[in-house]
Amino acid sequence: MLELEKVTTGYNTKAILNDISFTLKKGDFLGIIGPNGSGKTTLLRVISKILKPWEGKVTLEGKELDEIGHRELAKRMAVVPQRMQELFFSYSVKDFILLGRTPYLGRFQLLENEEDLRVVREVMEETDTLGLEERNLEDLSGGERQRTIIAQALAQEPEILFLDEPTAHLDINHQVEILNLIKSLNQRKNLTVLMISHDLNLAAEYCEKLILLKEGRVFQEGLPQDILTYKNIEEVYKTLVVVEESPVSSRPHVFLVPSKTKEKRGK
Amino acid sequence: MEKKVKRWVSGLGLLVLLLIMVSILALSLGPARIPFSNIFQPQGIESIILFKIRLPRIVLGFMVGAALAVAGVIFQGMFRNPLVEPYTLGVSGGAALGVSLSIITGFRILPLAGFLGALGAISLVYFIARRQGYLRISMLLLIGVMISFIASAIILLIMSLSQEYQLHGILFWIMGSLEESNPALIKLTSLIILIGIATSFFFCRDLNVLSLGEEEALHLGVNIERTKRTLFILGSLIAGVAVSVSGIIGFVGLLVPHFMRLFVGSDHRILLPTSCLAGGIFLIASDTLARTIISPLELPVGVITGILGGSLFIYFLTKRTLRLGK
Repeated sequence: MLELEKVTTGYNTKAILNDISFTLKKGDFLGIIGPNGSGKTTLLRVISKILKPWEGKVTLEGKELDEIGHRELAKRMAVVPQRMQELFFSYSVKDFILLGRTPYLGRFQLLENEEDLRVVREVMEETDTLGLEERNLEDLSGGERQRTIIAQALAQEPEILFLDEPTAHLDINHQVEILNLIKSLNQRKNLTVLMISHDLNLAAEYCEKLILLKEGRVFQEGLPQDILTYKNIEEVYKTLVVVEESPVSSRPHVFLVPSKTKEKRGK
Repeated sequence: MEKKVKRWVSGLGLLVLLLIMVSILALSLGPARIPFSNIFQPQGIESIILFKIRLPRIVLGFMVGAALAVAGVIFQGMFRNPLVEPYTLGVSGGAALGVSLSIITGFRILPLAGFLGALGAISLVYFIARRQGYLRISMLLLIGVMISFIASAIILLIMSLSQEYQLHGILFWIMGSLEESNPALIKLTSLIILIGIATSFFFCRDLNVLSLGEEEALHLGVNIERTKRTLFILGSLIAGVAVSVSGIIGFVGLLVPHFMRLFVGSDHRILLPTSCLAGGIFLIASDTLARTIISPLELPVGVITGILGGSLFIYFLTKRTLRLGK
């Protein structure tokens, strides 16, 4: 449904992404990995129409993003940004999630209607945020806050959910909680998920397919076990690792090799 | 949801009631005191005092107060910055410069000069901050502040070169006053301000979304460039019109939105209309104080808004925890 064709873009005159092509199909759970500066977040910007491609094109079901208005796009694709900006005003959890209905509300419609409230109730159930309803966003724990942000994105009733490092700054219990939630949305509702991650093991564990970026180009695309090999990681991340199969899920698991890194390089 | 709407309606109702009470008080008080009982059945000269002098002043006070408060809500929301006020972006500096120039050149229509000055300053700020079709919020703010500084420097220059009677005129205008004898001007001002406020009301939800951040607003489908542009023009226009007729009346645009946030929260759908009413009420009340406290002399109303508003705000701030972001 979402297709990138030879997309090149960047900021000012500096190209960050070069010649990127890939396709996201309905129901996919695709992970995007790569070291800092490899263009992960720029990719998010070009797909969410914040940045225009200089060359190539991004199409959603055959239609170029340029032809799709922001409102229309917001009904089909929701973005969970990496770190939400410091909120200037305080919002209750429910009011914050209700903002997700924005693309459905008309200019002269001041209040949300029954349908909006129904959708919000539903996503709050799904994300287990009903109990937080009246709490203020800034009083929530990291995990609760992230669930609330995801609930807002789901209130847009998107076909594609695009997450930028949804587990950054979370403890492992919350990491697993969030990713289980996303996985279940992907499986139960056939929601298409695109997730940027810098945690290789979480990406391997949850994504069906991975794209490894290196310096703004697609280095390799494929199944987690084909992407996460010690060779690839050494070449892209310049780090020595050992990759083993996880005894739990038989997905690849990356082990760091402390201190020896330097010795080996010295040789 | 029902509960929320009910709370909103009762808040608005309370403010309307307060507005009526303050207006009646303002009609009654002054050098010639008119008893409440006579307000609805004025006798002889009282009717002239009420309808030719006090009522127009109350109407103007309400309009200017409402305009400044709404412009404050718009700019604070749009810039995500609690210290921004309607004057920050050069509106007042431009208007004051226009008025100063017109006073030393002997041009008589001060409100027009003020409005042209404000318009000039805003346009300058807008076109400098706009690059490649993008309106950069941080640029807008910095350039607005700089244009204000430049304008006040030029005003000081003009003042240092002007005659004593001209100096007095400039100073008097800068201090701000609601004394305006031309009913046509009051009507025109009211009309523009009302249209401006009514239009901005339909951007409340956009202000809510913008407060999440620009990219986040874009993700939610808001056309942020158009929204920022519209909000900037709306806010500047109503603040510019208010400044041109009343001079620089401080604190209303900064404090009233904060005050209302303490009571009704930060949802702009309720914050904007309540600030509009509260701004009007606050200015009518301040003006009534200003003209009665050392009657028959008048104090500049800006002195009252500053002292009264500032101390009231500090009082409430220490009484309740204000949530500005944390």
